Amino acid sequence: MKYAKASRSATVLMSNGPPPERPAALAATKSPPDSSSSRSASSRGQHQRPGRAGSAVSAWPVIAVLCAVLLLWYAGAIGLNAQGAIERVLAPKGPYSTGDLIATTLNMQRPILPSPHQVAVDLWSSLVDWPLDSPRNLLYHVAVTAQSTLVGFVLGTLLGIALAAAIVHSRTLDRALLPWIVASQTVPVLAIAPIVLVILGSLGFSGVAPKATIAMYLCFFPVTVAMVQGLRAPQRIETELMHTYAASRTQAFWLLRMPSALPFLFPSLRVAIAAGLVGAMVAELPTGAQAGLGARLLTGSYYGNTVGIWSALVMSALLGLVLTAAVAGVERLVLRQRSVK
Amino acid sequence: MRVPALPMNAPERLQGLPAAAAVTAPAAAPADIAVAVRNTSVVYPAADAPVHALQDVSLDIAQGEFISLIGPSGCGKTTLLRVVADLEPITSGEVRVNGMSPREARLARAYGYVFQAPALFPWRTVLANVMLPLQIQGRDRQACEAVAREQLARVGLTGFERKYPWQLSGGMQQRVSIARALGFEPKLLMMDEPFGALDEITRDRLNEQLQQLWQRERRTVIFVTHSIAEAVYLSTRIVVMSPRPGRILKVIESTLPDERHLGLRDTPEFMALAHEVREGLAVGHGSDE
Repeated sequence: MKYAKASRSATVLMSNGPPPERPAALAATKSPPDSSSSRSASSRGQHQRPGRAGSAVSAWPVIAVLCAVLLLWYAGAIGLNAQGAIERVLAPKGPYSTGDLIATTLNMQRPILPSPHQVAVDLWSSLVDWPLDSPRNLLYHVAVTAQSTLVGFVLGTLLGIALAAAIVHSRTLDRALLPWIVASQTVPVLAIAPIVLVILGSLGFSGVAPKATIAMYLCFFPVTVAMVQGLRAPQRIETELMHTYAASRTQAFWLLRMPSALPFLFPSLRVAIAAGLVGAMVAELPTGAQAGLGARLLTGSYYGNTVGIWSALVMSALLGLVLTAAVAGVERLVLRQRSVK
Repeated sequence: MRVPALPMNAPERLQGLPAAAAVTAPAAAPADIAVAVRNTSVVYPAADAPVHALQDVSLDIAQGEFISLIGPSGCGKTTLLRVVADLEPITSGEVRVNGMSPREARLARAYGYVFQAPALFPWRTVLANVMLPLQIQGRDRQACEAVAREQLARVGLTGFERKYPWQLSGGMQQRVSIARALGFEPKLLMMDEPFGALDEITRDRLNEQLQQLWQRERRTVIFVTHSIAEAVYLSTRIVVMSPRPGRILKVIESTLPDERHLGLRDTPEFMALAHEVREGLAVGHGSDE
């Protein structure tokens, strides 16, 4: 009956207003959210707006930003480490030049801010000097964290889609669920993580499950919000078309709502997987976990190993980039035939 | 072949009776009546005064007729079509489609509906778009594909099966949507200004193709338009409607031969019919002022 009401009010508008002469193209093609349309535009040869140059040119801004970051980083390292360098290294030895000061600040044992090359060397040695299954190899920790992130991401995505489907199909659930979903995200994950770990631990879950749960907790929210919007994206004419075919709700969901929602889903997945990574790392902090990038950060800060902390940070950033790039790749693959207008 | 127009006013005994009392009537309807609309009104509640989208409309459409509904905006021609298609509830009166209520007819998939816009799904190929209604009916994939290919051939789109809608022109898209509506062989085809957004040349060609299609298959067609030429060229009967309240002014029987071609539009017979339609529309407009 909701349906009849909607079409009724719309027709009132139409019969009062100007002749209903919408251009066919306008109604036929929907405009997906900007981020995804520009993304698929860059991937699809001939039917895109021109002006997007090849990858060689588009790499320059990234390189420029990288250089700027490195410069700032070096400047910061010199500034922040100068006092310690003078007190602990240079002053006991007597007079020193500015060159000595700079060289010392960039190569300290326990710097406040390690220099980029120190981090690079530490990263490299951890990757090369140790076997993959050694806790000294960062890739081992990456694998541990990535595993719980991915499990949490998949579960969170499924939960997010299921919640969104429930919300768009039931007005009651729309009112009942949405406030709780929003409230769940206002609680800091740092506060919730130990509680979840304790509860799941007492139930006998350990290892991946608790970490994945916290990753899921952060993942589902953006997916739900985007999918509620996406599942409501079909235009009236498309819904009516399915109505004239006497399509069931399930058919309308899989044949119309779900495909219409995909351009909304993928940007939210990119947000979700990054949030999931944060969740997985936070979950590794309070347990005193032996493995994972979060555990690495924690041990680094216990022992004042700032270089180790920074290596773990850089590694987690790289992991985040790889994960979001993977999602973007899937998106490009799935949405490649869509129209770009 | 053609059944003469039935009297515009339904039997006296039905008038003024509540809808429930009229339910007994359809049993009397002859088998070759495709659509029967009796004393039907559609009223929308509005803040100031209720809007009478349709007021006491009665119309019988025989199997195999090509009926055009023509009139200015707001005359209820689209509403009438949507009522028959069960896209719009009626306030009073009765509508029967193939002896069933519109809802039953819709659930029985008794009709095909072509919208103003092609409404093709952009994520499906042309072929997959035509297969959509068949897929919903649960036919097996190969049968769907065979039917879809055949329907695309009929609207002249062989070779475009693997294209996506956005790769086609507006006219081609609308042809795909016609192929999609015809795929499950509906006895009744409803078209709501299907060519309204197209340029005149494309429109002429599609009119011609639609005419040929009707000649071949003789499905019942209800066609909403506000082009007089289109209505006269295509129809066996033209229903002239008028707004505020939406009602039927006049039903004009076409005197044109069944076999039609675009050249017919320059004949005196065609002109006379077009003139009659225009007069009818002018009457409706005059009474409005």
